[in-house]
Amino acid sequence: MKLRPNCREVTELVLLGEERPLSLGERLAVRMHLLICKACPRFLKQVQLMRKASERWRHYSEE
Amino acid sequence: MTEPATRAKQQEMAQQLEKLRPQLLKYATLQLRNAAWAEDAVSETLLAALERPQSFAGQSQLKTWLIGILKHKLVDQIRRNSKEMSSTAEDGQELDDELFHPDGHWRETPQDWGDPEHCLRKLDFMRVLEACVEHLPGQQGRLFMMREWLELDSEEICKALDISATNLWVMLHRARLRLRECLQLNWFGARPPQTKERGGAL
Repeated sequence: MKLRPNCREVTELVLLGEERPLSLGERLAVRMHLLICKACPRFLKQVQLMRKASERWRHYSEE
Repeated sequence: MTEPATRAKQQEMAQQLEKLRPQLLKYATLQLRNAAWAEDAVSETLLAALERPQSFAGQSQLKTWLIGILKHKLVDQIRRNSKEMSSTAEDGQELDDELFHPDGHWRETPQDWGDPEHCLRKLDFMRVLEACVEHLPGQQGRLFMMREWLELDSEEICKALDISATNLWVMLHRARLRLRECLQLNWFGARPPQTKERGGAL
């Protein structure tokens, strides 16, 4: 994993993180990028919101 | 001979099952993307429910129980029909090139979606989310539902459908990007920013 991935590569890692645990190197690369980027932290928050939303929707479907 | 009290109870159960059937069918269709398979899964669920009658403290408890049975029946249907569950041309489309410049930078900065609790409490938001899942291409929709609604892990999904983990991750990547775009268009971009709604206290 390169230490300075671009936004496209970071979004790919963020989404991959929804399917499997990221490696240490991958996590470090994402964290480094989030420090210097304004756009990707928003994308990360959107993904986190979607994760919560799916969970809420699942509960709602079962009630 | 059946006692009148038991008969009345059975009739009530039949009525409740009938009432819940459309909801079961909705989720079965979202998962399987095939009307005939969905009908079968729901029929199997209702039959199983009738064979194991239990008493419930209301419609909500009954629904939770039925959805639990349905989920097992859906996994059975997926295994049974996995050979026919394949990707379409629409499943193959990449969103990434529309989102990023060739150098890997965002074409358009993602919008701030605000405090999650704001939208997650709204029933309307759940309906939009559901509609967005429904609009995913067939295979993406199935895989997304297996992951998020049936709560299967990558390994279980790959085994059930005989696909590689890489293939699964590519498809879920596309599904999540599509879902994001759909929510942006139909919810977050379709209403004023939440900071303005707050008012009052400021």
